[in-house]
Amino acid sequence: MIPEFGHFALILALGLSAALAVVPAMGVARGDPLLMRSGSFIACGIFVFLLFSFFCLMESFLSDDFSVRYVANNSNSALPVQYKISAIWGAHEGSFLLWTLIMGGWTLAVAFFSNSLTFDMKARVLSVMGLLNVGFISFILFASNPFDRSLPFYPQDGADLNPLLQDFGLIVHPPMLYMGYVGFAVPFALAIATLTTGRLDAAWAKWSRPWTNAAWAFLTIGITLGSWWAYYELGWGGWWFWDAVENASFMPWLVGTALIHSLAASEKRGVFKSWTVLLAIATFSLSLLGAFLVRSGVLTSVHAFAVDPTRGLFILIFLVLVIGGSLVIYALKASGIRSEVSFKWNSREAMLLTNNLLLVVATAAVLLGTLYPLLYEVLTDGKKISVGPPYFNRVFVPVALLLFLVMIIAPFSRWRKTGSDRLLRNNWVLFLIAPAVVFAATLLFGMTFEPLALFIETIALCILVLLGKSWRDSAKGGWRSPSASYTGMILGHAGMAVAILGVVITVYYSEGRDVRLQPGDTVSLSGYDFHFESVGKVKGPNYVADQAVFSVRRGGKEVAMLKPEKRFYSVARNVMTEADLDPGIFRDLYIALGEPIGEDAWAVRLHVKPFVRWIWVGGLLVAAGGFITLIDRRYRRRKVKTALAGAAT
Amino acid sequence: MKFGKMKTHRRNRLLLVLFLVVGAGGAATFTLLALNENINLFYSPEQIVEGEAPSGQTIRAGGMVVEGSVVRSETDLGVSFLISDLKSAEVTVRYEGILPDLFREGQGVIARGQLNQDGEFVADEVLAKHDENYMPPEVADVIAEAHEEGKARGG
Repeated sequence: MIPEFGHFALILALGLSAALAVVPAMGVARGDPLLMRSGSFIACGIFVFLLFSFFCLMESFLSDDFSVRYVANNSNSALPVQYKISAIWGAHEGSFLLWTLIMGGWTLAVAFFSNSLTFDMKARVLSVMGLLNVGFISFILFASNPFDRSLPFYPQDGADLNPLLQDFGLIVHPPMLYMGYVGFAVPFALAIATLTTGRLDAAWAKWSRPWTNAAWAFLTIGITLGSWWAYYELGWGGWWFWDAVENASFMPWLVGTALIHSLAASEKRGVFKSWTVLLAIATFSLSLLGAFLVRSGVLTSVHAFAVDPTRGLFILIFLVLVIGGSLVIYALKASGIRSEVSFKWNSREAMLLTNNLLLVVATAAVLLGTLYPLLYEVLTDGKKISVGPPYFNRVFVPVALLLFLVMIIAPFSRWRKTGSDRLLRNNWVLFLIAPAVVFAATLLFGMTFEPLALFIETIALCILVLLGKSWRDSAKGGWRSPSASYTGMILGHAGMAVAILGVVITVYYSEGRDVRLQPGDTVSLSGYDFHFESVGKVKGPNYVADQAVFSVRRGGKEVAMLKPEKRFYSVARNVMTEADLDPGIFRDLYIALGEPIGEDAWAVRLHVKPFVRWIWVGGLLVAAGGFITLIDRRYRRRKVKTALAGAAT
Repeated sequence: MKFGKMKTHRRNRLLLVLFLVVGAGGAATFTLLALNENINLFYSPEQIVEGEAPSGQTIRAGGMVVEGSVVRSETDLGVSFLISDLKSAEVTVRYEGILPDLFREGQGVIARGQLNQDGEFVADEVLAKHDENYMPPEVADVIAEAHEEGKARGG
């Protein structure tokens, strides 16, 4: 019965979503405050039913109900319990249920944490969210129901979760990613709601900012975790592949980054308003496009779910409706929006404009490369191509580099105009010392001199020092501690600099080799001696594995013992490589077992990756910066005021 | 005075627009050039056998790995195998490195690399999907086409 309850709860949630789409909007049209306020209660109901439905699916997994087709395909009685839970979002249907639940969660959050909005505005926003809920829930019900049963003949045991997904990374990566994707629905809904009123004021930007920052920070964590997971679980030591699905998550991040910067300018200076609205629409649209690319199977990707044209068509129609509809509203309403503010070329506004242009160009380049195989197939009548990583590296890296250069000065510029030589005059010592420090560090680590790497490292170092100095100045200079927004901004940019340091050093100085090894062999790499000790069998809960033992020495001293495995999952009948690594602040040692090739010999991949961890640490710092901005007082002031007013009366 | 101010304002705006146009044009040109150099066309075993695929240029090829065709080197990581469209055409693929976990005889694979003078495909990368039941769309097409043609000829 439980799956039926879950299914039924989904249907109720769909009904309530339709009500949410209509009722508050009707309240606005009639000027009826009761109808307008009803939105919050309906949002509550939607979330409760979605949560119930989610728990029903969880219960089906936990109780090994293999009559439910989705459970039978993605679980097994021997599967450890934490993976039974994460298996809920291990394939298409369940992951979309999670997506919908998160959408319901954001809708609820809007209903409860938007005191600073007028009733009229809140009703409009909730109605837009309701429409989106209708789209997502009907997609589940009509094209990908996770509660489908395969009665009367169902399997005795399940086919097991794909072994690649039986991992901590997969437990957390998709929920974070979806929090980001779906979170962008909030600024989107607000943009649409604001457009329908025809006025874009500073309040709109101010209200949008924390929501956008939150969604963006979640997406940042999601992407970072994805990269980390790919590194140790699937990528043989690579951390970014320009795979279509990675790009699908990266594009909303890029445009979302542009959006949070543009919102800052819109809030503080009232500039770029209609542009900001367009970015809000674009960010959410790209999130949906990502969902379409992943779930329709139109692109060949390592991540893609099983191919199903109906689903692809459904999402495509939804995508066209959302993008088309919002652009029509934009075209009709945005022409009335004017900003009459002037600024100098070195002002903060100009810096933010540059940031936006570069990010949009970068997104366009990634989008083109991602969709080009589709376009090409259509234009040439079925000829298939792929666009290789060299394309993405060639177009993305120069733009990213320009962005990074702007980052030296932009956070320290002022609104309207910046004193022309402030940066140079105050910091000339730094600009002299930084190259020397980088030079010395390169010598110390025994690395070769790569001009571009040294250049970027120098910039990263300068940015870090300048950010730190600027934060300290603001902490001691003013009569109160720096605002959370400011601290978050500083931390976010510092995280970016840390990540870029990691990327540059890893790209330039990693060493890796694929070799044929037998027990007793030793290979040297970057000053480390990898000694293949032995190979033996080990048994896990739902797999058996060949486990190799390697000792790694440096200068005769043992630094690590690594035990990479080649696992055979007996139920899924799947072979999987479980790499082992010795993590470190300054370098990772990485070993992955390939296949056995004759006698005792194995194909083995060895890596020494300096500073690779900095990439993810940087990513997490960026996200932390985004989250810190949320506790800024400015976003709570309204509440405090009303509380005071309440106390006074 | 007012007029003069307007003028600089307009001039600035004109400069900005010019800058944007030049910048966008430059970026677009650069992007399209990069794209043009980095697209890898897909060829079926049949097209390769019939000489339709260029040699010395990075392309992709895909098909089913022929049972019993995988030959490994005794000394290094070199490996060679045949890919076929399950009908008539077969192409030898040479690769040096670690094959993906789901590489198996009788499974669909896609390889990226170049054709050498002898009509052998020298792969830089071999891809198999992470899901055992999955067939790369390109390979599915190749086999469907070969099958259709066979039917047409036979019938």
